This record gives sequence, C-alpha cells and structure tokens, in this order.
Amino acid sequence: MNNNRERLVEIKNLQTYFFLDEGTVRAVDGVDFNIHRGETLGVVGESGCGKSVTARSILNIVPKPGKTVGGEILYHRKVKGVEQTIDLTKLAPQSSEMRNIRGAEIAMVFQEPMTSLSPVHTIGNQICEAIRLHQGLDQAAARELAIDMLALVGMPLPNRTIDQYAHQLSGGMRQRAMIAMALSCHPSLLIADEPTTALDVTTEAQILKLMRQLQDELGMAIMYITHNLGVIAQMTENVVVMYMGKVVEQADVDTLFYDPQHPYTRALLQSIPRLGQKTARRGAGQRRLASIRGMVPDPYALPKGCSFHPRCSQMIAGECDQIEPQMIEVAPGHKVRCLACTGV
Amino acid sequence: MLGYILRRIGMMIPTLIVISMLSFIIIQLPPGDYLTSYAASLRATGDAVDEAELESLRERYGLGQPIYVQYYKWMSGILLRGDWGQSMEWRKPVKELIWERMALTVFLSLVAVSVSWFIAIPVGVFSATHQYSIPDYIFSAISFIGAGTPGFMIALVVMLVAMRQFGLNVGGLFSEEYILAPWSWDKFVDMLKHLWIPVIVIAFESTAGSIRTTRANVLDELNKPYVETARAKGVKESKLVWKYPVRVAMNPFFSTVGWTLASLIGGQTLVAVVLGLQTNGPMMLRALRSQDMYLAGSFLFLVSVLTVIGTLISDILLAWIDPRIRMEG
Repeated sequence: MNNNRERLVEIKNLQTYFFLDEGTVRAVDGVDFNIHRGETLGVVGESGCGKSVTARSILNIVPKPGKTVGGEILYHRKVKGVEQTIDLTKLAPQSSEMRNIRGAEIAMVFQEPMTSLSPVHTIGNQICEAIRLHQGLDQAAARELAIDMLALVGMPLPNRTIDQYAHQLSGGMRQRAMIAMALSCHPSLLIADEPTTALDVTTEAQILKLMRQLQDELGMAIMYITHNLGVIAQMTENVVVMYMGKVVEQADVDTLFYDPQHPYTRALLQSIPRLGQKTARRGAGQRRLASIRGMVPDPYALPKGCSFHPRCSQMIAGECDQIEPQMIEVAPGHKVRCLACTGV
Repeated sequence: MLGYILRRIGMMIPTLIVISMLSFIIIQLPPGDYLTSYAASLRATGDAVDEAELESLRERYGLGQPIYVQYYKWMSGILLRGDWGQSMEWRKPVKELIWERMALTVFLSLVAVSVSWFIAIPVGVFSATHQYSIPDYIFSAISFIGAGTPGFMIALVVMLVAMRQFGLNVGGLFSEEYILAPWSWDKFVDMLKHLWIPVIVIAFESTAGSIRTTRANVLDELNKPYVETARAKGVKESKLVWKYPVRVAMNPFFSTVGWTLASLIGGQTLVAVVLGLQTNGPMMLRALRSQDMYLAGSFLFLVSVLTVIGTLISDILLAWIDPRIRMEG
C-alpha cells in the first residue's frame, strides 16, 4: 500500500465484542489496517462481518452492550503544526476530548438518510448544531456556512432547503444534506457507512461523483464501507476485505480485482453479475452466476480454525479446520489470511 | 398553521351540536323526572304531597312538554341568554351553581397535570436512559403501585396520615370561614394551602402512567439512527437525549392531552367525594341521583365541551411540535 503517504489512522488488533445474554459476539476480532491522509479506503464484506462496528469503534460510539475490549486505534492529528498521536480506544466515549474529535475531525455519513436525520428538526438546525459546536460561530455565521455547505454538495436552492425538514426532501437530497453536515467542519477522515445502499442507482451515481469531487476539493480521507464491489472499484484506492470480524485480505484495488488471493475474495468477485453474460445463454459455454455456498456461521459458535473453512472450496482437511491462519504478506502491500495461499 | 386551526375549530361545531343533544337525551333517559322523585322523597318522610304545587312546578319547568321542545328551550336559553335553566333541587339558576365549581375543577386538574408531567417526564427519561439500573427498577415499582391503586384509596391513606401524624385539618379546598365567603386574595391563599393533598392524590395516579409512557417512548427512540447521527457529531449525551429522542417521544404524550384533562375532570368524582372537594364531581353525582336534570345536563355538556376543547388543544400542540403533521393538515 502507499506507504509514501502519511498515516492518519492506524488500527491495531482491534477487538470489539458484544456481551449479550446468549453469549459474546466477537463482532470485530483482531482487525488491523491503516488509513492514510487523503486516501480512499474501501471496506467490503457481507452483512454482519464487522464493517460498521469497526467504523463505530473509531468514533467510540459502539452501542451497548458492545465494547471495545482490546487493540489500539492510533489517530495522528496536527494541532497548530504539532504532530499528536491519540489512542482513541483509551478515551472515554463521553469525554470532551472524544467529542471534540467526533464530527469535527472524524465525521460519519450513515446508510439510511431518512432515519438518520431528525424528523422534527430542520436540516439547517442539524447542520448548524455541528458547526456551532466545533467552530464556536454564532447563529448567523453558522447559518451562512451551512448554506455554503449545502450549495457545495449541490443542493438546489440552499437558501430555502435549509429550513426544510427531512420528510420534505428526496432520498438523494437527504443524503446530500447528511454529507454537508459531515463535511461542515472539514474533517480529516470521513467514514461513509453504505451511504448509497438505500438510494436508487441513478442517485447513487450522483452521490458517488459528488463524494469524489468533494474529496478532490477538501482533501479528506474517506473510509468507504459497502458490500457493493462495483462501488469499491469505482471509488477506492485500497481495499480491506472482512469476514466474520477479521480482515481476510488487503490490497490496492487493482490487485484485489485482478489477482485476488483469498478464496472468499475470489468467491465475492465471481458473484458479481456482468453485462453481456446472460445466464440464458448457458448453452454457449456460459455458467450460472456463482454464489458462495453455505451460510454465514452463527456468531455465537464460530467454527474452529479459519472461520471461512465450512464454505471454502479450497479447504485443506485437518489444517483449515484446526489452525487459525495468520495474516501474511504475499506481495508488497498485499496481505492475505489463508493457509491455502501460503505457497504463492 | 392558522388555516389548520380554523379548520379544526370549524369541525368542532357539528360535534358540539351532537354532544348537546346526546347530553340532553341521556339526562332524560331514566324513568320519571325530578318531580316524581321529589314527591317520592316527601312521601317517604311522611309529608303531605300538595298536588297543586307539583302541577305548578311541572308547568314552570315545562316538564310535561315533548323532549324536543324542552331541548329547544334549554339550548336557546344557553345560546341567547346564557341561561342554563333552573336547578330544581337548589331552587337556583344553574349558572349560579356551576361556574365556580367548574373553575375550581379545571384549575385543580391543570395543577395536577402540570405537577404530574413535571415529575413524570424527567423520571421517565432517566429510567429510559438508565434502563435496567437499580433506580429504574425502583421507579418502575413505584409507578406500578401508583397505577394499580385506586385514587380514593390513596386519598384515604393520605388523609389518615396527614391527620394522625401531622395533626393537619384535611378535607375540602377551603378553611371553614372561607367556604361561603366571596372570592378574595385571602381565600385564594387559603385554597392553595389546602390544594396540596388533592393535587398529590390526583397527580399520583396519572404520574405513574406517564412515567411508563415516557420511558417506553424514549426507549423506542433512543436507538434510532438520527440519535446516532447526533452522537457522531460530538453532541453531549445529556444534551442530545433531550433535543432528539425526548422531543420525538413527546408526540404521543401531547396527543393525549385532550383526554388526560377530560378523564381528570370526569374521573376524580370518587376522590372529590372522599376529600370533600367543592368540584363538579360530587354535585353532578347528587344532581343525577335526584334527577335535577338541568343541573346534571349542564355539567355533562360542559365536561364534554372541555373534552372537545382538549382535543383541539392537543391537535394544535401536535402540529406545533411535529412538522410532519403540519404538512398533512
């Protein structure tokens, strides 16, 4: 991976568990990866693989009964030209230090723009709240900045939209408002948790374009969480693939798409439908769209060894179901957690 | 917003007309009238019944006329002259009897609702944000006891404790010397001194229910994504709870203002009898039993009107706090 860029966030062996009556769910279980300044990092995986919990661990807003129980999240910031490193996992979730980072230096855009905005407050009220909180501006100045932000994200008639409520806007407009809110304090990292999943494809394309354009203008890093590999290909430079709370493969986007190593990554890539590859033409040498066999294992009873082995086509009996694989670097910047890939 | 309110007020008029008819019909439903029960009570005490007097009274109150004529006379009296008819038992115009009692009742109910909300909302929010903590269990236990104990029972217990333990003169809303005195500042102060027992008793029951409602509503909202958005913005937890989930959780609360008031005004009769309050409940109960129809009918009608007004108030409140409702209006 691009080691030539400065590191912004280093996640080291992060463990976030949920303590439920039924047992402990290891939602994030030893995740390592880095986010560099100005980089777009994609985090991809099935539902429940720990992508969103990783993001919430960075912001220290893991909902109860979840808790970060181990590991480090080192956040490198520059305050008036002086470098500082803070371990976010060591800060209390309610401490003023943590709250000053949240929304100001690390901001987040959520999946569901309808429910992620308050139904009883105007868009402007919610954007100004963030601005006033972190920039200490008065009401009038905050409002002006909020209008500027709405204009920046391409909101039509920002002067009027600012006084509207979420239910008066379309899905795409709501997500633009969310992005305006997240970017209003110029964060150095924007976490986007499936920001376009709830939108239709045309709107999705507009929002993706907007985010790329804003990144060029504002220069923040983006951690882009999605289960959509098409979006990963379009948006990101480096990719982290997660499965059952662990990173299973990590590479730059081209390597990942053209030379995937982990059987899970390969299976994911094979399950993307391609235009011109109609299943109806199976007779002419075409196959059905591949799917990964089996189900995501029960989070309370993870299989022994590699958690993917019951679904894996390259499973080595007696090894994969016994030994937990370690992360190995198969090429510079390309890491895989798989016993079968050791001998590449 | 103004159009919405005007539309709602317009919708009240037909409702009120129907209510006035229903009140009158209900009052007329029991067999006989005031004069038959008056004659019966005279006979029971062994007094002679003067048929000529009964006849003149029947003539005077128009009791022999068909029901729609009586209704028309009553309604036109109210609307044109503010005349609510005569109370047969008290031998006084109804309007001289009811207003002070209605005013006291409404005042008492408003104070009780305010006290109840003032306690219930913070406690409910605390219970929700500290779900399954020890204080939450304690508040829950208290509120279940409150919701499960009848008001008159609480009234008896409070009276007993106040009298035995503290030697206080309880019962009624006024000291003896003020009961019949005209309104003055001293009388008002005297009333405030007596007010706390009825307020505690009436508020206790509704507080219990309100704590449960607030707790459940806030819990529903607490994990909604918009709360997480606020948290991710770095807003202080204590601040964001009041700004976002509590604000939304208050909606069902305000929508019940209408019947909370009505049920307080109508439902505290037993408590009022036990505590000897000069509110409408005991007087209405007596009027119903003696078939003093204009007095009972006027009370019934006024309480219904208050319910309709309460509903209007809760509609306006809802539209004011929830922009989604304003749109549809």
